[in-house]
Amino acid sequence: MAVKDYLRERFFPQIWCPGCGHGIVMANMIRAIERLGLKKDEIVVVSGIGCSSRMPGYLDFHTLHTLHGRAVAFATGVKMGRPELTVIVPMGDGDALAIGGNHLIHAARRNMDLTAIIMNNSIYGMTGGQYSPMTPFGKRATTATSGTIEHAFDLVELARGAGASFVARTTTYHVKEMIRIIAKAIKHKGFAVVEVMSQCPTYYGRKNKLGSAVDMMKRFKEGTAPIGSKKKGEHPDLIERGIFVQEERPEYSRSYLELVEKCRVREIETG
Amino acid sequence: MRFMQGNEAVVEGALYAGLHFYAGYPITPSTEIAEILSERLPRIGGKFIQMEDEIASTCAIIGASLTGFKVMTATSGPGFSLMQEAIGYALMTEVPAVVVNVQRGGPGTGLPTSVGQGDVMQARWGTHGDHSIITLTASNLQDAFIMTVEAFNLAETFRTPVILLFDEVVGHMREKVVIPQPGEIEVVERLRTSVPEGTNYHPYLVREDGRLPMSDFGGAHRYNVTGLVHDMWGFPSTDSRVTYDLIHHLVDKLEHRADTMAHYKEYFTEDAEVLLISYGSSARSALHMVEDRRKRGVKVGLLELQSLWPFPRETVRKKCEGRSHVLVVEMNMGQICQEVKRVVSEPEKVFLANRFDGVLISPEDILRLLNMIQGKGV
Repeated sequence: MAVKDYLRERFFPQIWCPGCGHGIVMANMIRAIERLGLKKDEIVVVSGIGCSSRMPGYLDFHTLHTLHGRAVAFATGVKMGRPELTVIVPMGDGDALAIGGNHLIHAARRNMDLTAIIMNNSIYGMTGGQYSPMTPFGKRATTATSGTIEHAFDLVELARGAGASFVARTTTYHVKEMIRIIAKAIKHKGFAVVEVMSQCPTYYGRKNKLGSAVDMMKRFKEGTAPIGSKKKGEHPDLIERGIFVQEERPEYSRSYLELVEKCRVREIETG
Repeated sequence: MRFMQGNEAVVEGALYAGLHFYAGYPITPSTEIAEILSERLPRIGGKFIQMEDEIASTCAIIGASLTGFKVMTATSGPGFSLMQEAIGYALMTEVPAVVVNVQRGGPGTGLPTSVGQGDVMQARWGTHGDHSIITLTASNLQDAFIMTVEAFNLAETFRTPVILLFDEVVGHMREKVVIPQPGEIEVVERLRTSVPEGTNYHPYLVREDGRLPMSDFGGAHRYNVTGLVHDMWGFPSTDSRVTYDLIHHLVDKLEHRADTMAHYKEYFTEDAEVLLISYGSSARSALHMVEDRRKRGVKVGLLELQSLWPFPRETVRKKCEGRSHVLVVEMNMGQICQEVKRVVSEPEKVFLANRFDGVLISPEDILRLLNMIQGKGV
C-alpha cells in the first residue's frame, strides 16, 4: 500500500506549518507500519495536545486525540482493554515531558506495551513558542527572551532510568534510520520510547536564528552521530543516534493476563 | 444476604452491572473499593490497575471504555478535583464511565477520615465549560448497590460519565445487603452500531431517539475521538453551527430528562406540613427524626433525593407546594438548599439544617432547627 492509503485525506490539508518536521514523522511512521504488515484495524493511535498530537486525526486507524499530557494514561486503558491491539502514542516534547512526564515514567516503569514517539522540537509550537523541558540551556523562546535558564532533560537517559525496555533516538533528517527504528519500536513487546529530533522553523528556528527548515535539518545531520561511531569518538559533543536500550522484560498487559490465568486455575482447584 | 461495608456494596453493584475495568489511586475513605476490586476483577477475567494518580486513573478508564468495556474509578475530594479534567473529556467525547466520590470533610485535604457532603456543587460544575452531568447518591447500603447499577445503566444509555456521590459514613458503615439474582435488576448493555463493515459509520451522528450507537476500538469501524468541538465524524471543528448543536445536544440529552429519570424516596410526605429534603447519610438522621416526630403526631415528612444532578426541578417544586416549611438537611453550607430555593415558588419558606464540622448530623441537630423555624425556641 502507498502512504496515502493510511491517511484520511478527507481531513486534509493538515494544520502543520511549512517546513514542520511532524509530517515527516507521520509519513515514516506509516512506512514502518507498512513494513511490519500490520492491518489498519489492529492499530490504535493515541495522542495528547499540541501540534504533533494532531497527527491521529489524519490517520486511518482507531484514533484518540486526548488531553494535554495524558495520552499515555489513555493508551494504558486502551492496551489493558484490548491487549492484542498495537498502540502507538505520538507526542510532543512539552506534552510528553512537562505535563505528561509522570504518566510517561510510570508507563515505562510498568513496561506497558506502548510505542511512544516523542517529536522533540524543543518548543511549544501550538501556543506560539514557549520554552519546553527540551529547550537547551540558553536558547530563546517567547517566555525566555534572554535565553532559558532551565536545563533540558536527556530523554534517552530519562526513559532508560524510568525502565523503558526500548529506547532510541533519531532525527527528521535520517529518514531510513527513522523508519527502521520506529518499526523495531512498534514490534518491541514493552514500553518503547523513540525520540525524534524535529524542526520547528516557525518558532524555535526563528527565535534562535537557525535559518530555514532545511538549515535546521542540516544541523541534525551535522550535530549527531550513530552510537559508538568513529565520528562520535572524534567529536564527543555530538548527539548520539540509534537504539540505546532493547531488552526483553516482563510486559504489563501480558503479566496481567498471566495473573488472570493464575486466578482461574486457583478457582478451579479450590472449587 | 450479606453483612458488608458500604464501599463493598458499591463493588458488588459495579460487578452486578458488568464492570470489567477499574483504574484507581489510593485515597481515604474510598480505598476499599480499589482493594476489593484488585482481588475480584482478575478472578472474573476483568482488569484492575493502580495508576500513578487520579488524573491517569480517569484517563485510563476512558481509554478502556472505548475498547468496549464497562469501567469505573473511585476517589475522594482531592482526587475528585484531579479527575475533573478527564470527566470533562468523557462528557465531550460521550464515553460511558462511572466515577465514585466517597466524600470526606472540608476543602483542601480537609478531614480525610470524617464525613462531609461538600462536593455536591463540584460534581455539578467541577469541570469547565457548559455541560450537564448525572450524579446519584444513597443513604443506605442496599440503595448504594442499586444506585451503582443505575449509574452504569445511565452511563451506557446516555453515553456519559456518571458520578456516584457517596459519603464517608455510607462508605464505611456496615449493613446487610441483599444481592439480587442476575436479571432481577435491569442491566443496560452498550448500544453498538448496526452499520456494517465497509459502510461509513458516523460516531457522533445523533439518532432520532437522541442516542449514539458506539463502535469498539479494534472493531470494524475506524474513527476519530477528540475532546475538541467535533463534527459527526469526530473530527475537530470550529464551525459555530457545529459548536451550537454539540453543546445543546450534550446539555439537553440530560437536562430534558431531569425529572423523568430522577430517583427519590418519600417518607410520610402526603400530609406533611413540614417537608425535609435530604440525601446520603444526612437522610438517615432526617428519617430518624421524622419517624420520631410522627410518633408524637407532628406532621413532618422526608423527600430523600437519590438523583442530585440533573436536579429534579419539577419534582422538588411540586413536592414543596403547600408546605408550611421546607427544611433541607445536608452536611455542607447549603449546596442543595440553594438549589431548592431556586426551584420552589416560595423560597422564603426553605431553611437549612446542616453541619460541616466532620461530625454526622444528628436527629437532635435537625429537631433543634425544626423547633426554631416553627417558633418553638431552641
